Amino acid sequence: MAGMTVIVRTIARLLFPFTFLFGAYIILHGHLTPGGGFPGGVIIAASVVMLVLAYGIERAQTKVGFLHAEVLESIGGLVIAILGLFGILLGVAFLENVFPLGELGQLFSGGALPLLYLGVGIKVAAGIILIFYAMLLAFRGEKK
Amino acid sequence: MRRVLAFGMAVAVGVVLITTVSLTMLPFGSFPARQIGETPANSIGQQILEDAPQQTGAANVVTSVVWGHRGYDTLGEATVLLTAVVGVVMVFRALRRRE
Repeated sequence: MAGMTVIVRTIARLLFPFTFLFGAYIILHGHLTPGGGFPGGVIIAASVVMLVLAYGIERAQTKVGFLHAEVLESIGGLVIAILGLFGILLGVAFLENVFPLGELGQLFSGGALPLLYLGVGIKVAAGIILIFYAMLLAFRGEKK
Repeated sequence: MRRVLAFGMAVAVGVVLITTVSLTMLPFGSFPARQIGETPANSIGQQILEDAPQQTGAANVVTSVVWGHRGYDTLGEATVLLTAVVGVVMVFRALRRRE
């Protein structure tokens, strides 16, 4: 899959950091404002998909490879499981909030909830990118 | 004969459902009446709305329900996504190998 014209490439390159930043904002403020790990991860994945569409799969794979996405998705799941095990280690239920709650409405509040959303965000973003790559790579041989 | 029997069964089930819902269930339009205590102020939704910010420390009530009150459910959601990704990658790798 080859890239698109120079207009599309320039717009995609300029839009990518803002889209990525917006996704990161949605994930990190998931415990304060509407949003969270699932929509934020999808927005980050959409920013990478935009780059793939503009520049072509070969050039995008040098930045975010198939293996990168696989490893990142596993790391996201591992973060959730380890944060859940903290509850068992301290003698309460699995996934119970054992970290200090902090002041309501601040960025560093809510105990483990922002960290859990961070894990979900990484997992969802990597998972959607992985699905997109798998579909693209399956039909790469035919087009040439 | 079998078609008439099936039609009769369907009509009977429909009649039973409609009479049960209209006679013994709540009247239409009184939706948030699924309360635990006697008054609507004691309903579970109202209690979560009032207590969630203090219990979980998250200003977003949806987040405090999703990760604070039912973390297992959200872990299952993440597992569903993992299963979907594994399935898609498996199918498309098999497709690629066969070509």
